[in-house]
Amino acid sequence: MADVNRGKRPLSPHLTIYRPQLTSISSIFIRITGNALLISTLLVVWWLLAAATGPLPFAFASSVITSWFGDIVMTLSLWALWYHSLGGLRHLIWDTGRGFDIGVAEKMGWTMIFGSLFLTAATIWFM
Amino acid sequence: MSFLTDRKRAAGMGAAKTGTGNFWGMTISSVALLPLVPLFIFMIGPLFSQDYATVLLSLAKPFPALVCLLTLTVGMLHFKSGVIVLIDDYVHGLARKIWIVIMTCVSYVIIAATVFSIARIAL
Repeated sequence: MADVNRGKRPLSPHLTIYRPQLTSISSIFIRITGNALLISTLLVVWWLLAAATGPLPFAFASSVITSWFGDIVMTLSLWALWYHSLGGLRHLIWDTGRGFDIGVAEKMGWTMIFGSLFLTAATIWFM
Repeated sequence: MSFLTDRKRAAGMGAAKTGTGNFWGMTISSVALLPLVPLFIFMIGPLFSQDYATVLLSLAKPFPALVCLLTLTVGMLHFKSGVIVLIDDYVHGLARKIWIVIMTCVSYVIIAATVFSIARIAL
């Protein structure tokens, strides 16, 4: 390779120097929510497996998923699922080459934040 | 090969020098999940607080069973691609490979557990 200076090149300024933007913060939260959803997925699949196994294992899994701990995990996951879905929608819009103007991108960011909070509240309210 | 210039060899390859397979896979699964996630939230979500008999009865119906099956399996394939990007970004060397193997296996186990559970409940 012609690049003889590999590994010794100066680095451009990174997270420590940038003022956080709505676009970057909303993007970082897509990553956090998407990966954190593994926790509730494990909980849900354990609950499913318990339901497939018998009444006693189900009673235990059900008591965990409906406990205060389960309520916190499931409520946060509900928000994470809505947020990540809206974020995915934003990426699909971006993938078509649309919505790259800063104003539009930031509007979509606010829509993700308030939209996910609204959808979470609405889901809990109606169920 | 010798007829290609360096410029020509690099063009369109990106920093990773490989294709856009991960990106395109994520795009396909994300479109699939867009209708599945709300269906899962509104059809399977209410079951979490239900009793044993109700849960078994609901998950034995074809549509809820398919929604549950599809959301968790497609979701885990989507997760697998996503978590590999996360690991690629933050973990390096041998640890990167180990973590990718671990998380891929975790994804496969969750998929298998879902298929087994729904099969046992619905059939």
